Amino acid sequence: MWKFILRRLLVMIPQLFLLSIIVFMMAKAMPGDALSGQEINPRANPAELDRIREELGLNDPWYQQYLRWASNAVQGDFGISYTHKTPVMDVIEDRLWNTVFLALVTLIFTYMLAIPLGILSGRYNDTWVDKTVTGYSYVGFGTPIFIFALIMLFIFGFALDWFPSGGSVDSKVDEGTFAYVVSKINHLILPALSTALIATTSTIQYLRNEIIDNKIKDFVRTARSKGVPESKVYSRHILRNSFLPIAAFLGYEITGLIGGAVIIETIFSYPGLGQLFLSSVSLRDFSVVTAIVMMTGFATLLGTLLSDIILSAVDPRIRIE
Amino acid sequence: MNKAILQIENLTTSFRIRNKYHAAVDDVSFTVNENEIVAVVGESGCGKSALALSIMQLHNKQRTKSEGTIKYKDQNLLTLNETQMNKVRGKEMGMIFQEPLTALNPLMTIGKQIEENLDYHTDLSGDEKKKRTIGLLTQVGIPYPERTYKQYPHELSGGMRQRAMISIAIACNPALVIADEPTTALDVTIQAQILDLLKDIQSRTKMGIILITHDLSVVAEVADRIVVMYAGQVVETGSVKEIFNNPLHPYTRSLLNSIPSATSEKNRLHVIEGIVPSIAKMDRVGCRFQDRIPWIPKHAHEERPQLHEVGKEHFVRCTCYKEFYFQAEGDALTHDITQSR
Repeated sequence: MWKFILRRLLVMIPQLFLLSIIVFMMAKAMPGDALSGQEINPRANPAELDRIREELGLNDPWYQQYLRWASNAVQGDFGISYTHKTPVMDVIEDRLWNTVFLALVTLIFTYMLAIPLGILSGRYNDTWVDKTVTGYSYVGFGTPIFIFALIMLFIFGFALDWFPSGGSVDSKVDEGTFAYVVSKINHLILPALSTALIATTSTIQYLRNEIIDNKIKDFVRTARSKGVPESKVYSRHILRNSFLPIAAFLGYEITGLIGGAVIIETIFSYPGLGQLFLSSVSLRDFSVVTAIVMMTGFATLLGTLLSDIILSAVDPRIRIE
Repeated sequence: MNKAILQIENLTTSFRIRNKYHAAVDDVSFTVNENEIVAVVGESGCGKSALALSIMQLHNKQRTKSEGTIKYKDQNLLTLNETQMNKVRGKEMGMIFQEPLTALNPLMTIGKQIEENLDYHTDLSGDEKKKRTIGLLTQVGIPYPERTYKQYPHELSGGMRQRAMISIAIACNPALVIADEPTTALDVTIQAQILDLLKDIQSRTKMGIILITHDLSVVAEVADRIVVMYAGQVVETGSVKEIFNNPLHPYTRSLLNSIPSATSEKNRLHVIEGIVPSIAKMDRVGCRFQDRIPWIPKHAHEERPQLHEVGKEHFVRCTCYKEFYFQAEGDALTHDITQSR
C-alpha cells in the first residue's frame, strides 16, 4: 500500500514536468507581458520599460526563462506577482484556503442532498417520489450554473438579504474570534449551496441507477433467501455495493471543485483561486497563472491517487500491492 | 413412508407482462418428504426456477402472483406476510443458487455472509456464531475454514464458493433445501464433488432437497424422485428407477435420449426440435409438447391433458405417450435438408 502510494507519487514527477513545460510555453505564447499595459501610459518611458524587461530576463529565450522559473518553483518559489508586488505563494495562500473551504462545504452539501435523494429514488423507482427527484435532476442538468447562481444571489443575497452577497469574510471582525469563523461560514453557504444544488444531480442519478442495478443482483436474492429483512437487505447489501463508484469518484470530485470554482467565485466575488486565476490572466500576471495551473495539476493527480486509495479501501476486490 | 415436509398443491405462479398475467408455473403439485431428494428437470424456460423462487417467495411481489397452496409444517406459505416468511426463509428452508460468484456479496467476507443467516434466526453470541460458521465450513469440506472465514468470494475458486453457498443454505439446519442448478456453473469434476457433498449432508441431516436441474446425469446420481416439467406443467413424475427404466411421456423420452453417452453407437446426438414456447404466447389448451413432435397424429393428444396414473406413484400427462415413437434418424435428416432449401 505505502509502496504503491510512493510509486504513484514518483510517477507524478515526470507528469508535472511535462505539465510545467506546456503551461510555461502557453503562458509565453500569449500576446503581451506584464509590462504591456504600461506601453500606453504616457508617463512611462519605452526605453525604461525595455530596460526593466531586460533586467527581468523577459527578453531571454524561453528555455532559459523556463529553467530559471522551474529551478525556483521546485523550491516552492514561484516568483513575485507583477500586479500584487508580493511573492506569488503569499498571494495564492489565502485564496487557496478560501477555495478549499468552499470546495469542502460544497462537497458536504452535494452529498447531503445526493445520498438521501438517490436512495429514495433508487429504492422506490418509478414511483412519484422517484419521478419528482428525477424531474429535479433533469432541471438541474439543464440549468447553467452561472444563471442559477445569479438567481440565488438575487433572491437570498439581495432580495431577502439572508446571506452576504460577496467576499469571504466580514472585514469588521477580527481574525481568530468565533465571530470570524461564523462570518466565514456565512459567506460560504450561498456559493456552496448554489454549486451543490446543480452538481448533486449527477450524483443522485448515479446513485439511483446503481441501486436499481444492484437490487436485482443475485447476491441480493441470496440475502433475501436467508430471511434478511428488507431494510437490512438495503443497508447491508444493496447500498454498500451502490456506494462503491460514488466513493471512488470522491477524489475527482474534490479536484473538480477546486479547479472549477472560477465561475462561482466570480459571481459571488468570493476571493478564491478561480477568481485570482481569471484576474491574473487578464492582467498578464504569468507568475501567478503558471503557479495556479501547476497547483491545480498537482491537485488533479493527487485526486486520482486519492480515488484509487478510497476504492481499494472500500472494495476488497481491488487491493493495491 | 417418510413424513412429508412440503406439499405443493395446484401451485400457479404468474408473471405480469404488459398488464396481463401469464402462468410460468401452471397447476403444479408434488410433495417432498423428509430424507428425500426430488429432482425437478426440464429445459430452460420450463418454469423450474420460477417454481423454486415461488416456494421461497422471492419473486418481485408487484409483478407476480401465486395461487394454490404450499404447505410447509401445516402452514400455507402463500398466506404468510413478509415478516413471517422471513422466519421461514433461511431458517426452515435454505436455497443454493446456480452461479456462486454472483450469488455472493462481493463486499462481505464468506464468514459474515454465513453468519448473517445466524444473525436473524438464532440468539447465539458473536463467538458462538463464529464457531458455528467455522464448523459449517469444515462440514462442507473447505480445507482451511479459519482462513476462508476471512476471505472474500473473489478469492475462492468456483467449487469453494459453491461449498460456501451450501453452508449458507444449511446454516440453520433447515428441513428443506432448494438447490437451483447447483452444479451448472461448475467444472464436471467439481460437479461430482458438490453432488456428493449434498447427498452426504442430506443423509446426515435427513433433510429434504429439491434439486432443480436440466442435467439428467445429475438426477440419476442423487435423486430419489423426478418431476419432469414442460412449459410450466408437470408432464411426468415417478421414482428415479421408474422414470429411467420406463419413461413414458414423449418429452421425458426425448430428454433421456438426449444424454450423450460414451458407449452409445449412435454418432448423432438426439435433438429435440424447436424450443419451449414462451409463456406469453403459448396455447394453454391441448398438449403443450405437440408442436415439437409433429409426426405424432393430432388425435393421439388429449383435448385437455390430465395426469394419468400409470404405475405406482408414476404419473404421465396426456395420452400421446401411447402412440409416440422416435423419428428415424434418416427422416430427421431429410427433414433438415428440405427445410434448409
